[in-house]
Amino acid sequence: MPVARTRSVALLGLSGSVVEVEADLSSQLPAFVIIGLPDAALGEARDRVRAAAVNAGCPLPQRRLTVNLSPAALPKHGSGFDLAIAVACLAAAGEISAESIERVVHLGELGLDGRLRPIDGILPAVLAAVRAGYDTVMVPAANSDEARLVPGVSVIGVASLLDAAVHHGGVYDEREFDAVPAPDRPDPTASVDEPHGDLADVSGNDDAVQALLAAAAGGHHVFLLGPPGAGKTMLASRLPGILPDLEADEALEVASLRSLSGRPPISGLSRRPPFEAPHHTATAAAMVGGGSRLIRPGAAARASHGVLFLDEAPEFPSAVLDVLRQPLESGSIAIQRANAVASFPARFQLVLAANPCPCGNHGSKGAECTCPPNARRRYLARISGPLLDRIDVQLRVPRITAAGLRIAAERPGMSTEVARGRVVEARARAARRLRGTPWRTNAQMPGPWMRGAGGLHPGGRATADLDRALELGGVTMRGYDRILKVAWTLADLDGADIPLLDHVGRALFLRKGLPL
Amino acid sequence: MSHNAELGRRGEQLAVEHLEARGMQVLERNWRCRIGEIDIVARDGHDTVFVEVKTRTSGDYGHPFEAITPLKLARMRRLAIAWCEATDAPVSRIRIDAVAVLAPIEAPALIEHLEGIN
Repeated sequence: MPVARTRSVALLGLSGSVVEVEADLSSQLPAFVIIGLPDAALGEARDRVRAAAVNAGCPLPQRRLTVNLSPAALPKHGSGFDLAIAVACLAAAGEISAESIERVVHLGELGLDGRLRPIDGILPAVLAAVRAGYDTVMVPAANSDEARLVPGVSVIGVASLLDAAVHHGGVYDEREFDAVPAPDRPDPTASVDEPHGDLADVSGNDDAVQALLAAAAGGHHVFLLGPPGAGKTMLASRLPGILPDLEADEALEVASLRSLSGRPPISGLSRRPPFEAPHHTATAAAMVGGGSRLIRPGAAARASHGVLFLDEAPEFPSAVLDVLRQPLESGSIAIQRANAVASFPARFQLVLAANPCPCGNHGSKGAECTCPPNARRRYLARISGPLLDRIDVQLRVPRITAAGLRIAAERPGMSTEVARGRVVEARARAARRLRGTPWRTNAQMPGPWMRGAGGLHPGGRATADLDRALELGGVTMRGYDRILKVAWTLADLDGADIPLLDHVGRALFLRKGLPL
Repeated sequence: MSHNAELGRRGEQLAVEHLEARGMQVLERNWRCRIGEIDIVARDGHDTVFVEVKTRTSGDYGHPFEAITPLKLARMRRLAIAWCEATDAPVSRIRIDAVAVLAPIEAPALIEHLEGIN
């Protein structure tokens, strides 16, 4: 058969499109032409595929091979098309079954020795293939565990092009190939991906633990302000531990983003929410993602369904902080480049930590602040108003006192497990109340809906203090809504049906705890 | 005669036998002019066919067809025109073919034939 076609996947951000790979064999002088908007790495497939085929023991015919990747207008990059190109060529030459390759999605890079090398982004690519209605994928052996994470797909892991050809009915001399192992890349986030320590380790900071609990239960963003050594980083790193397990589709999305980031291939699906803590020298591209051809997700996208922790928030360039406003509002990041727009999910929970001033001592008992007032004001002003406005829980974390330490020693703090149990319960209450709406946590409810159609304004005496604060200009309308949402979360945590005066009062404290 | 020239002649002889077995009528062999040489000129029905023959004893230095570069092909076209101008025979359609002869020292030769290359 002179024309054969098979399928592969072109990834753009997290979304993939199935690409048809057609090969045509014509009785012409030997040549290998790839058309359909390939980039440089893909254009080199020409030489890789021919050499790999010879060394694998299933050479391509010495004729003119034309490979077309369609839709031709879609930009394609990388080496993941090698396998599809090679099998399409072999089928065009009549060496293997054209029928067998037609409904299989092929992914993988070829080495010159004919072995298949693992590629990045297998998980999102296989997901895209399944969504497009394909149920069989052929991937490099080192990627097969990752591909199997996708439900409802049959995965064929192959070590070499010869294995692939034999699977599709080719008749060749048998040869054994050692599968290329997964690259042994050190995981740059390994240290923060470890279990984050127990919440019980936090001693003598009950207010902060309660705030953390509320943040976890309602999905609220958190701002922690306090002197160095108060335990802000410790608190923030406990937050992922008390968040509930991820749903199956969320876990798959988190794993897909990991897969795209060039981390080591994934062997199992983690149900734990991710925790990303970029350093304060991070650029805007590192935060949201970037790259000119292959667009990779940044820290904010990788923190999707988990926690994005910005320690020393005022040290971040303000432009970097402000790129977070779009994902905070829409839950997704769109990265515009000359040839494409990639979009990544970014529904993370933001935790900001900051010192009160450059020297860190302002407002602490017994320590003297050496900063001029102007420097202090400028320091916190780096976190822009619009960003701070989106943060529901804002709390001052004081240094622990000797007395506090003694009390804490007698009365051990809440363990992560207990806390997570309460969070799961509170989230279930909120989810029941929000049934039939697109929202699942209190933080997601829009204010006007909550007060209007949702009928979630507690009314009466409960909000008396809050109403007065609004009247006196102490809170804005947006602030009012946010306090109400936190009050609902506190009520959920206490198992109350409706926020009471106490809940609203505590919510007001969690919002206005900062003497900014 | 050098080894390569001898091999070339042997390949051309095998190519002629192959073409004749396919019912083509060989008009001329090793036709030379100022521009170069045409290995075989043959008639296949209404077509006048100009054949370039490449012979190798093994595939170690690449497939014989790989030695036919675009430059070589362009010269073949010029040669074909030169032959047409020099001949009295009527020419209706012309075609350029390539024949690869893989002739190992002690094994039967393998012949591949590409019709109408461009």
